[in-house]
Amino acid sequence: MVKTKVTLSGLELDNPIIPASGTFGFGYEFAELYDINMLGSFSFKGTTKEPRFGNPLPRIAECPAGMINSVGLQNPGIDRVIDTELPKLAKCFDKKVIANIGGFSLDEYVYCCERIDKEEQVGIIEVNISCPNVHNGGMAFGTNAKAAEEVTAAVKKVTTKPVYIKLSPNVTDITEIAKACEAAGADGISLINTLLGMRINLKTKKPIIANKMGGFSGSAIFPVAVRMVYQVYEAVKIPIIGMGGVSTAENVIEMMLAGATGVQVGAANLVNPFACKDIIESLPAAMEKYGIKSLNDIIGGAH
Amino acid sequence: MTQGLYTIKENYKTAKDVYKMILEGDTSAITAPGQFINIKLDGLFLRRPISICDWTEDTITIIYKVVGEGTEKMASMTSGGVLDVLVGLGNGFDVAKSGDAPLLIGGGVGTPPMYGLAKKLAEKGIKSLVVLGFASKDDVFYEEEFKALGCDVMTATVDGSYGIKGFVTDAIKQSGKEYSYFYTCGPLPMLKAVYDGTNTSGELSFEERMGCGFGACMGCSCKTKYGNKRICKDGPVLVKEEIIW
Repeated sequence: MVKTKVTLSGLELDNPIIPASGTFGFGYEFAELYDINMLGSFSFKGTTKEPRFGNPLPRIAECPAGMINSVGLQNPGIDRVIDTELPKLAKCFDKKVIANIGGFSLDEYVYCCERIDKEEQVGIIEVNISCPNVHNGGMAFGTNAKAAEEVTAAVKKVTTKPVYIKLSPNVTDITEIAKACEAAGADGISLINTLLGMRINLKTKKPIIANKMGGFSGSAIFPVAVRMVYQVYEAVKIPIIGMGGVSTAENVIEMMLAGATGVQVGAANLVNPFACKDIIESLPAAMEKYGIKSLNDIIGGAH
Repeated sequence: MTQGLYTIKENYKTAKDVYKMILEGDTSAITAPGQFINIKLDGLFLRRPISICDWTEDTITIIYKVVGEGTEKMASMTSGGVLDVLVGLGNGFDVAKSGDAPLLIGGGVGTPPMYGLAKKLAEKGIKSLVVLGFASKDDVFYEEEFKALGCDVMTATVDGSYGIKGFVTDAIKQSGKEYSYFYTCGPLPMLKAVYDGTNTSGELSFEERMGCGFGACMGCSCKTKYGNKRICKDGPVLVKEEIIW
């Protein structure tokens, strides 16, 4: 029997597979399709202080081996997430969930993290400082080492649970940002968020996405994600959750060899609602094929 | 919703740029007319959502217009081919609300889901008044199929090359008939005109660019008087009273 268990900051996962925020809602709708308790964990829909409708439509564009989204952090707000969404999730998911928190100001990150930290269902807080789809928010914090450091330090002051900072790939040097987060007390790093992209409709000759630009994800970005996870692994000592274009068990192994302890699956869930289930079920055979007895042993193995 | 492999039984042109495809496989997930399927196509990342025209225990009929890369690929497929399809997506029309004289309005490729609806109503012994709108004579399809269900059918073309000249709303006015409830699917300007021009409650089926098609990505959200809704999961059918234009 191969071993798929990994540990993220003390949180033991049966396997490293974690549906990425924004591709799995609050889980319960996928629970109608399969038993989501087979997942390592999952990262819930990015939550902000106030409810948000998000960006105008169209929000989605097809790309070669991927897609662009510009949803713009649509979510019911932290109150409703705590009062309604988490209890609904509790009925179908017994494991700890990763709470993905977005924000537009330092105060908002602090407010939401402090509140979600008190929720027993939450195992890790993933702070999104890298959303490319909202103005003056998210990514502004993730593209500046000083700002990333400030958010991390402020959130750490009000939380007891492990805090992972989700980083943007839309930067000159991601290791600099990762190091700043580590220095400010981050317990781990999640990367990568989507790459800023655009498609233009040849018939209308205008951008397809109403907001013009959006986040590019899907298989096409996998090599970029592997490269950045590899770089960040060399730069910091804290664990990494790797993501970006993962759609197969082989991709999971590759991401872990680059340095990831946990692996998130994003856009693949939108094409195949059973993507995570399929990956988890095919993982043992893929491990055997490559002579891997325990996934825990291969983290950072490519270095 | 179910995911499965479906075999193409037939795929042929039925009007200008419009194709009819019959898929064979499990249809147990379809619960109402007006639902849609989401088709994975080789070489394309996102699935392509297409409304269900008709279904039996083991076949699904779809009618689609070639408008882009995905539908171009579909048009070139031949019988025997196999497609990965998500089936039974969206809410569909509420047949129970029809009353005894429902008005069904289909515009262009908004026509197919009206057929499945007319069929379900006919099975309940309810005769529908069907108004179809197309751009021109070459675009017209499914008129005879509706008639075969026993529906009263009126067809309008924008250029007047077939049937009544004008829009579906002109045809509704000309018919002068009373109706108990309406159901419609078609391009957005038509839906708005139908919304403004009808004097009963009704249901409107909307089209939007989707990511997943099953409610996960929030790519197709809209605001309604009853709160935010996802066109793919909480729609595509919205009731008249909840719509915000």
